[in-house]
Amino acid sequence: MTKILEVNDLHISFHTFSGEVQAIRGVNFDLNKGETLAIVGESGSGKSVTSKAIMRLLPESNSDIKNGEILFEGKDLTKLSDKNMQKVRGKDISMIFQDPMTSLNPTMTVGKQIIEPIVKHQKLSKAAAKKRAIEILELVGIANPEERFKQYPHQFSGGMRQRVVIAIALACNPKVLIADEPTTALDVTIQAQILELMKDLQKKIDTSIIFITHDLGVVANVADRVAVMYGGKIVEIGTVDEVFYNPQHPYTWGLISSMPTLDTEDEELYAIPGTPPNLLHPPKGDAFAPRNEYAMKIDLEEQPPMFKVSDTHYAATWLLHPDAPKVEPPPAVQRRQRQFLDIKEGK
Amino acid sequence: MMSQEKIAKEMFLPAEVDATKSEEISKPSLNYWQDAWLRVKKNKGAIVSMVILVLLTIMALVGPLLTNYGIDQQNIKHNNLPPRIPVLEKVSWLPFDGDLTRKNGDVYNAYEMKNVDNYYWLGTDSLGRDIFTRLWKGTQVSLYIAFLAAAIDMVIGVLYGAISGFVGGKTDNFMQRITEILVGIPNLIVVILMIIVMDPGILSITIALTITGWVGMARVIRAQVLKLKSQEYVLAARTLGLSNGKIISKHLVPNLAGVIIINTMFTIPNAIFFEAFLSFIGLGLQPPLASLGTLIDDGFKVLQLYPYQMIIPAIVISLIMICFNMVADGLRDALDPKMRD
Amino acid sequence: MAKYLTQRFVYMVITLFLIASLTFFLMKIIPGTPFSNASKLSEAQLSIMIDKYGLDEPVPVQYANYLLNLLKGDLGVSFQFNNVGVTDIIVNSMGPSATLGALAILFGTFFGIILGVISALKQNTWVDYSSTFIAVLGKSIPSFVFAGLLQYYVGVKLGWFPVAFWRGPEYMVLPTIALAMFPLATASRFVRTEMIEVMESDYITLAKAKGASWFEIAFKHALRNALIPVVTVLGPLVVSLMTGSLVIEKIFGIPGIGEQFVKSITINDYPVIMGTTLLFAALFVVVILIVDLLYGVIDPRIRLAGGKK
Ligand SMILES: Nc1ncnc2c1ncn2[C@@H]1O[C@H](COP(=O)(O)OP(=O)(O)OP(=O)(O)O)[C@@H](O)[C@H]1O
Ligand SMILES: [Mg+2]
Repeated sequence: MTKILEVNDLHISFHTFSGEVQAIRGVNFDLNKGETLAIVGESGSGKSVTSKAIMRLLPESNSDIKNGEILFEGKDLTKLSDKNMQKVRGKDISMIFQDPMTSLNPTMTVGKQIIEPIVKHQKLSKAAAKKRAIEILELVGIANPEERFKQYPHQFSGGMRQRVVIAIALACNPKVLIADEPTTALDVTIQAQILELMKDLQKKIDTSIIFITHDLGVVANVADRVAVMYGGKIVEIGTVDEVFYNPQHPYTWGLISSMPTLDTEDEELYAIPGTPPNLLHPPKGDAFAPRNEYAMKIDLEEQPPMFKVSDTHYAATWLLHPDAPKVEPPPAVQRRQRQFLDIKEGK
Repeated sequence: MMSQEKIAKEMFLPAEVDATKSEEISKPSLNYWQDAWLRVKKNKGAIVSMVILVLLTIMALVGPLLTNYGIDQQNIKHNNLPPRIPVLEKVSWLPFDGDLTRKNGDVYNAYEMKNVDNYYWLGTDSLGRDIFTRLWKGTQVSLYIAFLAAAIDMVIGVLYGAISGFVGGKTDNFMQRITEILVGIPNLIVVILMIIVMDPGILSITIALTITGWVGMARVIRAQVLKLKSQEYVLAARTLGLSNGKIISKHLVPNLAGVIIINTMFTIPNAIFFEAFLSFIGLGLQPPLASLGTLIDDGFKVLQLYPYQMIIPAIVISLIMICFNMVADGLRDALDPKMRD
Repeated sequence: MAKYLTQRFVYMVITLFLIASLTFFLMKIIPGTPFSNASKLSEAQLSIMIDKYGLDEPVPVQYANYLLNLLKGDLGVSFQFNNVGVTDIIVNSMGPSATLGALAILFGTFFGIILGVISALKQNTWVDYSSTFIAVLGKSIPSFVFAGLLQYYVGVKLGWFPVAFWRGPEYMVLPTIALAMFPLATASRFVRTEMIEVMESDYITLAKAKGASWFEIAFKHALRNALIPVVTVLGPLVVSLMTGSLVIEKIFGIPGIGEQFVKSITINDYPVIMGTTLLFAALFVVVILIVDLLYGVIDPRIRLAGGKK
């Protein structure tokens, strides 16, 4: 396994009218070649900011990378010149955005928008680029690509637009694909098709994918590893099995308890109480402490470090400290942990 | 990865937390108006403009009282005197020394030539009337017309727009058709026609300005009402059984205040412009009344000989227009809900 | 699309009809009209007018005649010249006004757009601040004040351009500048706002994510989208041209419709006032319609949505 992308101790702030918003407060993770890493977390936890930082697409006027590095194949993207960064964008790393309805230029034909990166990065002629663009349109499942090529975005449905956005992202066979909630705006059947599509493409061109979502159900389907974000930090990271069946962080417990499964029929679905932290004035201790029924005094005083659970599994909660009392996770989580043990012993 | 310093055991005792509390502190507590005020305060141009407007308004009220001359007091012997101000007349680069330039370039002191001992701070016009007095009286009249027109526009526009939007249905449809036709008529034409029919006077000019002026206000208010009407808290208020009147006064009016203020701030300079414009094409106030428009018109007639007679009121009207536009822009940026995080 | 056009056309006719009627009845209620300046008219003229326009007939009949004549393009006879038709007066003074208006709107919007784009791309730099300053001045200073100052300082004091009249290209410079200030200011503010908004939109972020360069983003992606809505301010701009032309033609002594109009106001030449009013109204209504149609033509979203219907 080779690391293709590495994010180290990333801190990002926005300067806003009301003050400094510390959106990202020390994020670490890496991405291996050919794998899919899912990032989950509530709205506002910093998923989009992290991914835009990798692409260097944060608004220049008010964002500030305070600290940290983003290594792509060993070179630090935060230090690249604008010119060199343009060569990375769309070619080595590409991105699918949250909202397909607004991501396409309304006054440019779809074809032109797909051709653009191909001509730019692969130095193909217009005709060759057009051929390639039509191929990709076909690949992402758009019927009549020749005809569609000449049309404007408003003539496409939401699902088709998202396919076009995906087609643009895949046009140059990127090494890393960042998909920021690529399916939230779509209905369920199209969601499934698009996820299938991404998995297929990954097999074909061995792309590494960062998959950002709210939907834990989707994660289990597509991801190899999962990172859970909360309040601008990664609070737990591990393989899908580890995070889903042996979660350690109380926030992850909350997330999992609030996930509907076949055997939770009778129980009421759980909702994490309270609201996310105000990143204008982040708390001194663990950002999750005010909403954490297992909170200890130290949680209010000091931020927890990453504790190692296994070689691939880390979590930032004081509950993993050797001196911490043993606590019982919520029933839904306990049930999963038992399943996890069964699976392990079964093997 | 871990800091392995010793942590006191009691730190691992359960802490009292209350999830509901986090909700209270997590939202900053500035209300709409405080927030807007903060934004306006940051806009230096708008603040400076506001100060200038206040000063101009004060001068418009007290200015005519500061001299010994009446607004219509003619003194043909003292006509066409340039500005002269005590003390400042000694400062050579200021234009307050009573000097005039002839067409051939000669400079002479008009006061010495006419043997005048009085000081006319901003000079006199072709009938020998004191421009300082007339300037502020004229400003007063212009501002009066503008504020009156803006107030009438506001009342009619808000009522019309609110009724149209709030009642909805057929009434709204009908009222909409009327406004659609009215916006199709350029108000320049309506104003000119009305003045021709009514004879220029403060009231007739004001009425002419408001005949179509309210349409703009009515349209934004209607749009805003429609938007607010569909919002949850209004629906909630309605299900709770609040009467329409209560909903309007309790929920809609405070929310409409922003658009009303912005719109009015744009109406005022517009009215000032139109008043002056009418004077300039010969449809303005009749003597002895003065407004900024009539002053500029009078000054324009002698522009080449006595430029100060036009430049002085021109500066004041431009200043008023610039300041109102700056304040209006500033308020729009500050009050526009789109801009709020 | 056809339905929309018909609807718009009906509105246009209603509006024009209302304005025509309004003008007619307003002129009727002016005390003493149309002979308030009868002293200027000879007996012969009076009888011609009474005859031709049936002024001795009851008002409803006069009204009907007036509308019929309007349809024929006959706007009546002017009081100030001997028996000259208003239509002729207007047609004869159309040239300078049209030239001046066209020059002002072309130069004004052209430089306004350039200024707006530059200040949006260089947001919060001195370029942006100075263009904002120019725009505020252009929007705030009344055109007659600006024209007067221009005439005095640039024309009289510096002597760079002729002060008045309309006898060749150099005579057009000062009036064009004076009249172009408002379109320039309006366009530059509008384009700046649009451009900034477009530059923050999702599809611009996507264009960046594709690796497009700053130049491609600004000019291939953003500009077109920012310019489309500019068409919507053309309506108000045409109004500003009409207002402006009245005073600017007066100031610079240009023999155009505006000057004619102001003159007829001062001497109560009602037929000319009515005729010009109608012309302005028609112009305004037609421009608004053209603007709406133009918008549909240049925006693919509207173009196709309309085409499907
Ligand atoms: N341009 C910006 N200016 C100021 N604050 C910003 C900006 N962009 C993001 N933020 C803040 O950064 C934090 C993280 O936002 P982000 O968009 O990464 O959330 P997210 O995890 O992607 O949420 P969602 O699931 O809703 O997409 C939020 O608190 C947000 O308010
Ligand atoms: Mg997001």
